[in-house]
Amino acid sequence: MKLAENKFALALGVLATLLVLVVPQFLKNYGIYLLTYWLVFIIATMGLNLTVGYAGQKSLGHAAFFGIGAYTVAILMKAGVSFWLGLPAAALICFAVGLVLGFPALRVQAIYLAFATLGFNTAVWLVMRNEEWLTGGTFGINNIARPSLFGYSLEGNLAYYYFVLAVTVLMASLLWGLLRSPWGKAFTALRDNPIRAESLGINIRNYTLLSFAIGAAYAGIAGALFASLVQFIEPGPFAVAASIMLYLMVVVGGAGYFLGPVVGAAVGVVLPEWLRDVPLVSNWYLPMFGAAVVLLMVWLPDGLLSIPDRIRSKRAAREASQARAAAAGRIGAAS
Amino acid sequence: MTDFLQLFFSGLATGSIYALAALGFTLLWQASGTINFAQGEFVMLPAFMMLAFISLGAPMLVSFVMATLLAVLLLGWVFKRGVVDPLFKYGMMPIVVATIGLSIALRNGVRAGYSAEAHPFPSLFADKLFNIAGVTITLQDVGTFALAMIIVLATQAFLAKTVTGRAMQAVAQNTESASVLGINVPRMIFYTFAINAVLAVAAAMLVTPTYLAKFDMGEGLGTKAFFAAIIGGFNNSRGALLGGLIVGVCENLASAYISPAYKDAVALVIFMVVILFKPQGLLGKKEERKV
Repeated sequence: MKLAENKFALALGVLATLLVLVVPQFLKNYGIYLLTYWLVFIIATMGLNLTVGYAGQKSLGHAAFFGIGAYTVAILMKAGVSFWLGLPAAALICFAVGLVLGFPALRVQAIYLAFATLGFNTAVWLVMRNEEWLTGGTFGINNIARPSLFGYSLEGNLAYYYFVLAVTVLMASLLWGLLRSPWGKAFTALRDNPIRAESLGINIRNYTLLSFAIGAAYAGIAGALFASLVQFIEPGPFAVAASIMLYLMVVVGGAGYFLGPVVGAAVGVVLPEWLRDVPLVSNWYLPMFGAAVVLLMVWLPDGLLSIPDRIRSKRAAREASQARAAAAGRIGAAS
Repeated sequence: MTDFLQLFFSGLATGSIYALAALGFTLLWQASGTINFAQGEFVMLPAFMMLAFISLGAPMLVSFVMATLLAVLLLGWVFKRGVVDPLFKYGMMPIVVATIGLSIALRNGVRAGYSAEAHPFPSLFADKLFNIAGVTITLQDVGTFALAMIIVLATQAFLAKTVTGRAMQAVAQNTESASVLGINVPRMIFYTFAINAVLAVAAAMLVTPTYLAKFDMGEGLGTKAFFAAIIGGFNNSRGALLGGLIVGVCENLASAYISPAYKDAVALVIFMVVILFKPQGLLGKKEERKV
């Protein structure tokens, strides 16, 4: 059974690889744009999944980092700096700000932290909206160029898609490696029982700060790619509502599941964007989504990706009870 | 100086509305460990209910009573049975996520199903100005403040003086001992949800004439109510009142003397200072970390 499952996973992986590599060739511009949009949000949600799902820090300010990344690239490129310097700068600045935001997390936990990060998001959003000299205020920054790589222009949607895909795969591999390393174990220990983790010699302070900083750096990179994808940014997509949406995306996909962000980003941003022009659906998408989140919490609090686990544990329980019944039958027959 | 006083008094009026919402927040937290992210929407929905009753021709008072009954049913009973009870055993975060989902559903449901526009809402108070020693105060502000204070103080008197109120406090402090003493715990928790709903309707009646009835009017209100509750002290219901007034007044002063563009950051700054130096809030008691 284990082998069959592995084979199934392998087949699914091959199929997915083929899909992301080949299908865009046959899509129109809008389809490619949507796929790229999805990938950008997968990167952002991966970072939040590390902070929330693996390290257990309730952060409701992730869109602020996404925005800081986007504005960093946009402002630097307007000043004539290359995208290839802007991208690492976005990641570094977000890493540093994430480290600073981690400090309240050392004092307060759970819901207090959620509101502290939410407040941080409001503050960042206010700066984006009010400091016109820097961010263009509500008018935003437009005509953000797409970069070119080794003389090969990424201007076209398809080229940019493959570039973002490469970055996504790279970031996912890095996260995968991180989670398999002792660091990853320390993060989950921090989530599951901080006091026990501390008594086992894990430096809670450093790991809390790091979980924020690494998550923020992911959002920064996603934001940089986002700015170059949509080519026009304004404060709207980085408001508190966006942070809440990112959080819900992690939870809906399955917090602490590696592929959770793929599912979460599809449900959270790609579907509503895709259905935007369907009149009745586009109005009712968000109400339905909100209601679905409530139902999901009541029936499946670990997210959509916990369904296979749940089926597996049900099956195991059934097999165990059958085995017990058989054993009881044997004992009954022997006596 | 007169400017300052004027700003101070109108800040008190806004602050007393924050206090109403914050008080509901604290009561729910104390009685059932529920953090209600949809608190702002719990104010928005009754505003639209009252508008609906008014447009059917009901007078203000009747529509207030009808909206209160409806809110106790929907935002009290249905909310408790449908969302909080099934999630209670999983701890705090699933309830938080569910109420976030609820707030999105309610906000956008009203937008899609009713209207995305802002609707005017009749005020309880006549358009009148008072002039006391050069300070101009509107009747609206005085009335809002007075009514909100009466409601907050009445709620506190109910909790402190009546048998039911004391039973509710007992449940909040120690559910097991309360149940051993023969208190009907589920019923007391339901009363808390009902009181929260009534406070929300009262807040809606007072705030909507100035804020207008709009699907997203609860967005800022809910967050500020939470900040106010934390600033005052989450495990103390007097804290909600103090926190609400502090936030309301400081916001008003800051928008006049510092920058109106950063008005919404005021509650946040006070909140940050309070949780960094006194995490239990100004009036709260310290709780030890449990292993």
